[in-house]
Amino acid sequence: MAQTNSYRQSSNGVADESPNMLVYRKMEDVIAHMQDETNGIPVRTVKSFLSKIPSVFSGKIHFFIVTVKRLEALHLGTLMAAHGYFFPISDHVLTLKDDGTFYRFQTPYFWPSNCWEPENTDYAVYLCKRTMQNKARLELADYEAESLARLQRAFARKWEFIFMQAEAQAKVDKKRDKIERKILDSQERAFWDVHRPVPGCVNTTEADIKKSSRMKQPHKTRKSVYGLQNDIQSHSPAHTPAPEVKEPTEEEIRDQIQHWQAQLDRHRLKMSKVAESLLSYTGQYVEYDPFFTSPEPSNPWISDDITVWELETSKEPGQQRVKRWGFGINEVLKDPVGREQFLKFLESEFSSENLRFWLAVQEVKKRPIREVPTRVQEIWQEFLAPGAPSAINVDSKSYDKTTQNVKDPGRYAFEDAQEHIYKLMKSDSYSRFLRSTFYQELLQAKKKVNNCTYHCSNNPSRTG
Amino acid sequence: MGEMEELRKEADNLKDQITEARKVVQDTTLQEAVAGTTLVGRVQLKTRKTLRGHLAKIYAMHWGTDTNCSKLCVSASQDGKLIVWDTLTTNKVSAIPLKSSWVMTCAYAPSGNMVACGGLDNMCSIYNLKGKDGNVKVMRELAAHTGYLSCCRFLSDSEIITSSGDCTCVLWDIETGTEKTIFAGHLGDCMSLAVSPDFKMFISGACDFTAKLWDIREASCRQTFSGHESDINAIGFFPNGNAVITGSDDATCKLYDLRADQELITYQDSGIMCGVTSLAPSLSGRLLLAGYDDFNVNIWDMLKAERVGVLAGHDNRVSCIGVSSDGMACCTGSWDSFLKIWN
Repeated sequence: MAQTNSYRQSSNGVADESPNMLVYRKMEDVIAHMQDETNGIPVRTVKSFLSKIPSVFSGKIHFFIVTVKRLEALHLGTLMAAHGYFFPISDHVLTLKDDGTFYRFQTPYFWPSNCWEPENTDYAVYLCKRTMQNKARLELADYEAESLARLQRAFARKWEFIFMQAEAQAKVDKKRDKIERKILDSQERAFWDVHRPVPGCVNTTEADIKKSSRMKQPHKTRKSVYGLQNDIQSHSPAHTPAPEVKEPTEEEIRDQIQHWQAQLDRHRLKMSKVAESLLSYTGQYVEYDPFFTSPEPSNPWISDDITVWELETSKEPGQQRVKRWGFGINEVLKDPVGREQFLKFLESEFSSENLRFWLAVQEVKKRPIREVPTRVQEIWQEFLAPGAPSAINVDSKSYDKTTQNVKDPGRYAFEDAQEHIYKLMKSDSYSRFLRSTFYQELLQAKKKVNNCTYHCSNNPSRTG
Repeated sequence: MGEMEELRKEADNLKDQITEARKVVQDTTLQEAVAGTTLVGRVQLKTRKTLRGHLAKIYAMHWGTDTNCSKLCVSASQDGKLIVWDTLTTNKVSAIPLKSSWVMTCAYAPSGNMVACGGLDNMCSIYNLKGKDGNVKVMRELAAHTGYLSCCRFLSDSEIITSSGDCTCVLWDIETGTEKTIFAGHLGDCMSLAVSPDFKMFISGACDFTAKLWDIREASCRQTFSGHESDINAIGFFPNGNAVITGSDDATCKLYDLRADQELITYQDSGIMCGVTSLAPSLSGRLLLAGYDDFNVNIWDMLKAERVGVLAGHDNRVSCIGVSSDGMACCTGSWDSFLKIWN
């Protein structure tokens, strides 16, 4: 189905249509196809027990099967029925079934794209007039009878007026042709099935409160089906009028220009490289993705066994976990056990100051603001001040900037220095770590982390 | 008047140049590049748990990330409650009554110590889960937005980022309750945000049909991505932090790469008419799980852009979705008032 909708936008790109409208337009495209004279669904009059059923089509949805698979066809069809574009002739519940049930198209007057928000007074008129007609097929269902009783109480003062309206409507209906009446009655009922659904059914006219507070053109809303004026306003907090979107000011356009210029000057990576990187990333991690590879020993939601999480929090990293540290420095830095092992290795080489600095800076970024100045001073003294015990090597530019920042210390005082140290670790310490016997042994699970011999692995109490 | 015209022309000219510059690096398309890769086999996930307890539409959920709470999540509902669930046992760890029932978002702090929520009250309320006497109480109310709070995400126990219907995103200092940085630039309501894996940047999706990448420290917008034909309701990072996934009312999801500065692919199907409300990638990034207004979740092979599965278990719109941090389970929340755990 070609999408020929044009989304009307004002100059700053904001649509005039609500999200529901977008869906209605697509559904109406499908309805148009279904109602096409040559290629659409055949609509006919069916002879039933004592009478004729006019203007129906069967639920056997061959039409849909041409375009989408059967289950999807049912899902899509049910969705369109639930929105009120067609309906089963003998049921208040709006779904599509792949059986002999008969359906009828809704008249465009009642389509949801007309922005209907019918009032309770209209519903009262409708239910009232139904009770005036002596047709078995028009008898009220239980939930409708309850609604009528409730509305009678709510509108007690103006019930006479509602009754008169119902009488007038019933009179008009009586004058219609019998067949026409059958069709119109069912369409009217289907309209109310959408706006006052059977208890337990979804009300498809509900909108997300985030969107409804932005809904433009409230004058487009049609509130009355039977021409009644209602003085009762709906007080939903979501229905506040949306503020007018203003044109950008000169300053805003200058900002935009600056932004676009910066974006234009960006270096862009070739698509082939990007595709390659996505392929290799997903390929590398697929064995860690529980939706593809079952976790060892089992997935807790399937087996109710939480061993896999206990292993995660234990200090002993499994081979698979150690292997992951080799994917990139970020993997070893984000895993607490990885950090610990990396630190241990560096300490054994007396070169742990870079990592300790990096960890300290990460930590200070999370501290409450009142603790930050003290921590910043401590970090400065330990790592960067002249004569620091754990002196780190930072380029002069970052060093100067940091010296300035420390005078008025904020969370990001060490950002530049941290960037520099991170790059250093990545190319130097991290590569050494991966090549080291220390790491290789962990990878081959030759050495146990807690210095216990292999035979201890079954012993729940750990030594060392 | 003339000057404004000039400026507008300049801005449009730059946008055209950017389009050209993007074309220059298109030596292939993602579709061509993955032509040799096999499509992922049919993915069939089952509902393992149903979390019952909310009495009205669920609008948001968020998984805990700390290893001690990787099975905990928080959900927000229009019944005016935030519930923290132990998703394995389905027990409610906390049920927090809210001042305003018009809640639209919730978040779990990475430490597991706090949760946050907000909505039509235009505020972001922070709750301390680890209070001394065991009671969960409001710790801070962050008020400054002039529009509804659509989304919030913690950077740490000290900082949180919010997005709002007032078209801005804000970085707050929780302790002092003040705005640290305002990120303005969107021309429509901001609907959703996501923080990068290194916590240095975040992305926002808005009703101006664009997604923006922001540098938290520099307080600037680094990149803008367009292409959607309607509101962007959901946004997330691809696990490697180099690409962005968006979901929109135009019934499509898109993948944008940060380094190529452009759209890589669109996830769409003629049989899908309803808007995307929420999305989450699987741990490897190979799968994209997206929740739609038609009550279903569709599972996409992210590289081949084809549907490989459907989760049909909710009786009303799927409003939120999340994959746990270890990738073991997916949680969906719906207007039908239930949360379901799938894998």
